[in-house]
Amino acid sequence: MTSPVLEIQNVSRSFGPVQVLHNIDFALHAGQVHALIGENGAGKSTTMKILAGYLQPSAGQVLLDGMPVHFASSQVAEDAGVIMIHQEFNLAQQLSVAENIFLGREIKRGLLLDHTAMHDQSKALLERLNCPVDPRAKISEISVPNRQMVEIAKALGRKARVLIMDEPTAVLTSRETDILLEQIDRLREQGTAILYTSHKLDEIAHIADYVTVLRDGHQVFADIADGLSEDQMAETMVGRELSNLFPPLQTPQDETVLSVDNLSVDGWVENVSFTLKKGEVLGIAGLVGSGRTEMMEGVVGLRAATGRVAINNNPLKSNSVLAARQAGMVYLTEDRKEKGLLLQKNLRENLTLLALDKLSGVFINRLGEEQALDNAIAEFDIRAGDREMNAGNLSGGNQQKLLLAKTMLAEPDIVIIDEPTRGIDIGTKQQIYEFINQLAASGKSVIVISSEMSEVIGLSNRVIVMASGRVAGELTGKDINEGTIVRLAMGMTQNKATAA
Amino acid sequence: MTDITTSAPQAQKRKLNFHLLGPLFALIALIILGACLNSNFLSYGNVTNVLARSAFIGIIAVGMTFVITSGGIDLSVGSMAAFIAGVMILSMNSLIPIMGVGVPVIIMGMLIAAISGFAAGWLNGFLIAKVRIEAFIVTLGTMGIYRSLVTWLADGGTLSLSFDLRGIYRPVYYDGIFGISWPIIVFAAVAIIGEITMRHTRFGRHCSAIGANQQVAVYSAIKVNRVRIATYALLGVLVGLATIMYVPRLGSASGSTGVLWELEAIAAVIIGGTALKGGTGRVWGTVIGVLILSLIDNILNLASIVSPYLNGTIQGVIVILAVVLQREKKTAD
Repeated sequence: MTSPVLEIQNVSRSFGPVQVLHNIDFALHAGQVHALIGENGAGKSTTMKILAGYLQPSAGQVLLDGMPVHFASSQVAEDAGVIMIHQEFNLAQQLSVAENIFLGREIKRGLLLDHTAMHDQSKALLERLNCPVDPRAKISEISVPNRQMVEIAKALGRKARVLIMDEPTAVLTSRETDILLEQIDRLREQGTAILYTSHKLDEIAHIADYVTVLRDGHQVFADIADGLSEDQMAETMVGRELSNLFPPLQTPQDETVLSVDNLSVDGWVENVSFTLKKGEVLGIAGLVGSGRTEMMEGVVGLRAATGRVAINNNPLKSNSVLAARQAGMVYLTEDRKEKGLLLQKNLRENLTLLALDKLSGVFINRLGEEQALDNAIAEFDIRAGDREMNAGNLSGGNQQKLLLAKTMLAEPDIVIIDEPTRGIDIGTKQQIYEFINQLAASGKSVIVISSEMSEVIGLSNRVIVMASGRVAGELTGKDINEGTIVRLAMGMTQNKATAA
Repeated sequence: MTDITTSAPQAQKRKLNFHLLGPLFALIALIILGACLNSNFLSYGNVTNVLARSAFIGIIAVGMTFVITSGGIDLSVGSMAAFIAGVMILSMNSLIPIMGVGVPVIIMGMLIAAISGFAAGWLNGFLIAKVRIEAFIVTLGTMGIYRSLVTWLADGGTLSLSFDLRGIYRPVYYDGIFGISWPIIVFAAVAIIGEITMRHTRFGRHCSAIGANQQVAVYSAIKVNRVRIATYALLGVLVGLATIMYVPRLGSASGSTGVLWELEAIAAVIIGGTALKGGTGRVWGTVIGVLILSLIDNILNLASIVSPYLNGTIQGVIVILAVVLQREKKTAD
């Protein structure tokens, strides 16, 4: 084995009185992909930030090429070739790809910028990554995976020897993920050391040479990835067996609570009709861009839509989220950071925002709010260090739980959940699945939109597959399987898809 | 990450406290400074005078706090005040032949002021929320429109309230109860109601939610357009109220009435710790901001160390300082 490029030795880190990392110890080697996995809050981000110079260790040290180094800032780390790619990209939307790649270290000829040289070098870097993006295109014009590629190209342009990737595939579709994994393979062959985090264990099994597992700030596992199954990884992360990720399905009642007839959303959805029964979990599958989210936003009044939506046979006023809420139907957005939570506001104000009228007469009932927060923390197992903390400082999983609690405070009968577990760890996922199941058991009706096939299959009594803004098919019982869903989503007809 | 943040809020709280109370400390420092410089500073006459003069800007600034908290801005309030004053004076004068000289005419005038304030503010809000034009552009436009309308109404000169009515109306500015003049009482009432509305009602909470992230507000079933229009209409009504208190002071209005009031009101809001980009609003902070601005003016007039002509310079420095302090808080997080 080659000698390590970047090493972390016995590193601990505390924030105030709370120790979040305990003696973490591992090494990154050139030409290897090292996966760092763990539940939300296990200490992955802190570890990565220490490696990339964003945070300093409280104890222990970081070694570069075997020599102790002190990365006083991320800038120092970058100069040494250690570059972290964040989940939220650091790209200037209105600048071109080439301008972004050379941002802060522009090539000049005399006093003026040398656009030709920057263009050519960008092109060369992108070609190395097999990325067909035009260096002159604006970032805002290119796709999300291509932006990821630009980030990587930018890192390579800075002579990255170590790439630290914080959940690069969280926002990618499975096809885009495959492309990214291919590029990572290529980088590995070229001798880059890569630290990779993801909640998607199949990716880890596919790409990693070496796996380190963190749990509650402790390193609980570190070994080569060969022979390590996804189940073993999950159990190591959670520290308990996860045999039944999905609870057994409930049986829906006969009563129809929601009926949607000929719903159209301009440019997205055409003439969609479906019904939802009391106590039913209805899954909505389909490719990203098939109109799943837009359809549901049309149903709850967040988007202008035509057609008829009726709850318990009473037609719903169109284009009014408030009317939908008052009729007992709520929608939980897939975008919790931009549409779900006020990140700079505390937990209480976030929790009660949707159902504030239930907690106030002329004045807001502050005690009632505190009580509601107590209940939410207990019921949804929200792990917040401080009741007064801002929602933005919660981990992804806890943000999702807070969003769930916020939605449930409105006491809905119909809950539409868009991507219930995006970017959250497996332990929290299981809690959320359990919760959805309990909702159905208590006679509420749930619609789950998800890009994770296993989620739709494991949770739903019935599945509607969308393709290009239409219902491509409706599946029940044994027909709910990955093959059929994929065939329908790709545009095959229902007869062919189920027969195949 | 859960564990990281357990410690962060404590540090944040300490900093926040300083940040929160900064304007209050500045106000206390100013009062001490004023008292040291001139023995008359704390006299009943001077204090009453300063407070009564603050009342106009103060009443408007309370309304401005709601507009800014929900992510808006209103540059038209100074012109709006002049326009309302003009409309009010013209209508009261023309009502004399019908209603005679007396209190009913004054009450009609007050009603007209409140209604035109509401209408002017609502128009701003409607254009911003429904027609979706930038608040800065809309109110920059109406600022010019209202100012030019009052100049046109006055035919380039001054609109004066009929002499007989002035006598009846005068006490609204100059009298009071228990030695406190009416403008001060009205300002205090507006401030207290404003503070309670901001902190303890759904309207206040919705304003700050919209200012923090409009998308989240939409997804949380808040009627964003309605709330937004309401903030501008409320501000308009308060401009009307400020005008009601202002007209009896001089008994006239012209194209130069209320010049730069919008900037003073916005400055007071910012000094008070309300974020210009919206999301957090503090009515009590705004009140302190108003007092700071008028005390500086007063101290410069009383003490002859610095020329009163430098008033604007000092106020400008303080506004910029207040924003720098706000930003330091953010990067420290």
